[in-house]
Amino acid sequence: MARLLMFAFAPLMLAARAPMLVPDVSQREVEIQYSFTGAELLLFGAIVYPDGKAPQKPADIVVVLKGPDQSITMREKQKVAGIWVNADSAQFRSAPSFYAMASSRPIDRIVDERTAAIYELGVDKLQLSPASLNDSDEIQRFQTGLVDLRRKTGLFVERPGTVEITDGVLYRARLPLSARVIVGDYTAETFLVQDGRVVAAAVRDVTIRKSGFERFIALAAQNWSFLYGLTAVALAVGLGWAAGAVARRI
Amino acid sequence: MDLYLPIANLSVNAFVIIGLGGVVGLLSGMFGVGGGFLTTPLLIFYGIPPTVAAASAASQVTGASVSGVFTHLSRKTVDIDMGIVMVVGGIVGALIGTALFRLLQTLGQIDTAIAILYVLMLGSIGMLMAKESIQSIVALRSGVRPTAKKRRHHPLIAALPMRWRFYRSGLYISPLAPFLLGVTTGILTMLLGVGGGFIMVPAMLYLLGMTTQVVVGTSLFQILFVTIATTMMHSMTTKAVDLVLALLLLIGSVVGAQVGARISMTVRPEYLRMILAFIVLVVAIRMALGLGYRPDEIYTVQIQ
Repeated sequence: MARLLMFAFAPLMLAARAPMLVPDVSQREVEIQYSFTGAELLLFGAIVYPDGKAPQKPADIVVVLKGPDQSITMREKQKVAGIWVNADSAQFRSAPSFYAMASSRPIDRIVDERTAAIYELGVDKLQLSPASLNDSDEIQRFQTGLVDLRRKTGLFVERPGTVEITDGVLYRARLPLSARVIVGDYTAETFLVQDGRVVAAAVRDVTIRKSGFERFIALAAQNWSFLYGLTAVALAVGLGWAAGAVARRI
Repeated sequence: MDLYLPIANLSVNAFVIIGLGGVVGLLSGMFGVGGGFLTTPLLIFYGIPPTVAAASAASQVTGASVSGVFTHLSRKTVDIDMGIVMVVGGIVGALIGTALFRLLQTLGQIDTAIAILYVLMLGSIGMLMAKESIQSIVALRSGVRPTAKKRRHHPLIAALPMRWRFYRSGLYISPLAPFLLGVTTGILTMLLGVGGGFIMVPAMLYLLGMTTQVVVGTSLFQILFVTIATTMMHSMTTKAVDLVLALLLLIGSVVGAQVGARISMTVRPEYLRMILAFIVLVVAIRMALGLGYRPDEIYTVQIQ
């Protein structure tokens, strides 16, 4: 029996020279319904070390939940002739519509600047691919503007120090999903960091979609726009007429 | 109770929106205006994207004006010929408005354009209405009747070619005048989600010189059809009509409109006009300050 078990796990042990991550998320699919006011995702999993023992010096975990990229135009208001109008603009080809990160310690104590930039750990490390001819100072300014804006609506979230690691092998982190998230395919990435180096990484997909009535409405507005408009008009005329008819009786 | 708006992509408190619709409906019932001029800015203050706000507010105006149109039709206080000319103008205007909306959106100036238009229109109309209503209240108190105006309609309108007879309005003028008026309000309906009643009514009275009895009915008639056309155009071009949002607004506003209509029968019209002028001016000042003060958010994101 013991030999059989050994046999079964042999491939795992052979491949496991470096530590491995076995991640999961509490929900593979998040459905947006009429009462959707946001959700919380639990990202958890196990760290599998080759010899089955956690090292003396505890490793760190960083989890990142990222939404679909969008091509965006950022506009900046300036005061022109006494009023605030959109004056300057910059385009970014790949701004994540959602970005949430949690780590077991503050990110600057886990990795250096360069590693953080490579793995896009932190909202200020996102690579947005600027597409317009602004100079780097301006790009930086717009990027800060975007981060501020998205932080306020809960679309960019950083929760340093909130990943719990139990006995050096089990980790768990909670990330909030704002009610303003868009539908699409999200990725939940987990990074295992040791001595400032990312030694293992793993990805799980999360799908966010509208369901039921909300999905139907959104689809109808896109695909059957004429009928959709007629419905809106019929609703307005019907309700207005009904209220009038009721009021005449009272 | 939080409710998710499928087109606006955010959750709102349903009771807040119904209440907002109710207040606007109350005003529209009391003053005989659609109330779109309040809905759109209030929705924007609440955090609804401006495009969705303007697109969904138009259907609320439809709902608020339906029962008024039926009432006026049965009393025969609608000049249908005049109304049809204005509706045609309104639809042309809505088409122009659609093109303008797109242009301004690509330039990134739609929000500023909406705000400036609001300030200019509401400011000037509010001032006119305030002046007129205060004068008539003073006249009412002192018992002196204001002298009747000598001029029927504006000389520019008399100069237009191709005259038609509009029997119910008691007018013999060129249809171009109401057509152009319709175009103007059509553009505004598309851009701002307003019905345009607060422009139509004074323009019909003071520019065209229509018989007072048919003014409100005809303006409601035009508003009904032009807001229907705009809702259709928004559904087919910007795809920004949010049915859930529109339904919430409608529930509040159709009820409010009936209550408002009852109240309006017990208050003198001069006082009603003064209150409306005050509300219009407050909205205009608030929007003007919004343009001048440093906004909370300097940056905006437009998704392509």
